Amino acid sequence: MSDTPVQTSATVLTVRQVQDYHAITLVAPAIAERFRPGQFVALAVGGEHSGRLVRRCFGVYEVKSDYGGTVELVFADTEPGTAWLAGLRSRDQVDVVGPLGRPFRLPRDPVGCLLVGGGPGGAALFALADTLRRRGCPVHFLLGGPAARQVFGSRMANRIGDSATVVTGDGSMGERGAVPEVMPRVIAETGADVVYACGPTSLLRSVTRIATEHGLPSQVSVEEFLQRTGACGIGTCMTCVLPVHGEDGVTRMVRACADGPVLRGDRVRWGDLGTIPFDALGAPRVLSAMEGGPA
Amino acid sequence: MSDRLKTRIGNLELSGPLLNASGCGGTGRELAQFFELSRLGAFVTTSVMSQPRAGRPTPRAAEAPAGLLTAMGLPGPGIEGFLERDLPWLAEQDVPLIVSIAGNTAEEFAELARRLRAVPGVAAIEVNTACPNVEDRGRMFAWHPGAAASVVGAVRAAARPGVPVLAKLAPDVTDITTVALACADAGADGLTLINTVEGMAIDPATLRPALTGVSGGLSGPAIRPIAVRCVYQVHAALPDLPIIGVGGIATGLDALEFVLAGASAVAVGTTLFHDPTAAPRILRELEEALSARRMRLADAVGLAHRPAGYVPPQVRPEPQAVQAPLDAAVADPGEAKERLP
Repeated sequence: MSDTPVQTSATVLTVRQVQDYHAITLVAPAIAERFRPGQFVALAVGGEHSGRLVRRCFGVYEVKSDYGGTVELVFADTEPGTAWLAGLRSRDQVDVVGPLGRPFRLPRDPVGCLLVGGGPGGAALFALADTLRRRGCPVHFLLGGPAARQVFGSRMANRIGDSATVVTGDGSMGERGAVPEVMPRVIAETGADVVYACGPTSLLRSVTRIATEHGLPSQVSVEEFLQRTGACGIGTCMTCVLPVHGEDGVTRMVRACADGPVLRGDRVRWGDLGTIPFDALGAPRVLSAMEGGPA
Repeated sequence: MSDRLKTRIGNLELSGPLLNASGCGGTGRELAQFFELSRLGAFVTTSVMSQPRAGRPTPRAAEAPAGLLTAMGLPGPGIEGFLERDLPWLAEQDVPLIVSIAGNTAEEFAELARRLRAVPGVAAIEVNTACPNVEDRGRMFAWHPGAAASVVGAVRAAARPGVPVLAKLAPDVTDITTVALACADAGADGLTLINTVEGMAIDPATLRPALTGVSGGLSGPAIRPIAVRCVYQVHAALPDLPIIGVGGIATGLDALEFVLAGASAVAVGTTLFHDPTAAPRILRELEEALSARRMRLADAVGLAHRPAGYVPPQVRPEPQAVQAPLDAAVADPGEAKERLP
């Protein structure tokens, strides 16, 4: 089956600094050929005899056919595992599992798409943009960050997007402001029919709210939540769960890795992240006095 | 799988000694993307409870040196959901199924064992004794020989006769052999040693416990020496009771270490999170290690308890080559004959 993930020792082609982030290109043909936009890869860090057992999960920026198939990721160096990755050099080996998770669902018709990104996670939108454009969908970018150095891919967005709007908190690139402030205007100007987003969880929450207010469906990648909570990336460890309500109205704790990372924005209970909502399936019950609970 | 690797847990014959640890194999479908589950001697389910359970809020895990600290809160679909959605798929796989069960009272454990009586394809039941006992102010069954034995006894009485009942024990006790003996007396057909070791981490950024559960269970290679010690001590006390050794196994030589300590089978846990194809690799490495030592798995079980110089009977490839230096080393040739029948 070509849609099952693989585990492979990938050769590093390049590691380069991009603004405040790092971009690493890996030769991994089996992953490149299976990849669909929105999926992620899980990297082992620290080398063969590493004591760091948690796999680091990253969305994929781009796959190319060079060297049989390469996979490029963009990440922030925030902890010893990512520092190890940032320190890799050409020809080093890294153990990769992928592609993992559910991809972005694509529109059947050539509808206008607004792609909203923030931080290094925004990189995952570019592979999606390629696919959407091939389907004849107009693609509009809205990228944001605290400062210019934390906005990934603005030049690429200008090049491939039908429009690109950049906002920064300090005004060092594009407009001064935040994504939620300009998003209603961008929706009006572009006439977007669908919203896709990837970036910090707080951003996804605002994007979902605004998309829903405008009656637009939203597909969001909870990659950042997965990076913070996940350990395996393949759906076995159950550490990356978040509350999502299903079509039947029942809230379940679903895995960001195997049931996501792409979720319908309006299904995620953003305000309840990091909790078990009392009405979730299997939530702890408060026992009545008769059952032995507090009187 | 080669005959060299055959083993047994009570009356349950396994084609190979490598299992997955409970809680580390998902529903089976996730791992099956990476290797054929039939490579496992048996598939062990995540602990099943009587009701669906959401588990604890995130963060549930924190990385530790050569380990993982987790406090999951036993999430799962409950017995109905398990029987409806997970068991049918597992029953179609060519691998014996060990169902791990968990409860908050001995009666809840017994009820689960009764539900499994009528279910075809359950090769064994593993009793997760690392559960809070609501009848004892939430203290774990595993911490008290009497509490652990009451659960094992209740499950043994309720389970289908002939289906082995295994007790999975926690290492955080004063004397694990006392708990093991109590479980054996209560009818356990085997033991799984060990569950996670209780630990804790504090997040220097938030200045608060790293896990919502405050403390959690430490797993991974960090706990391997603790697990080997537990297996060794329990095998010394109960040499005839089969043990499944668990705790930080990442290579074939790690697995061999448990076998030499007294385990008849071993299970790989946290390593599967890090390395989803680890199981077939560890199995291959274990087979190579046994082959290099000219041993069958069964001959290696508990070998570390034998005096130095003891050679198991099945190892006698080129007799001259092996015997010559031994004969030379032993003054009395009669004694040498006794050791090398």
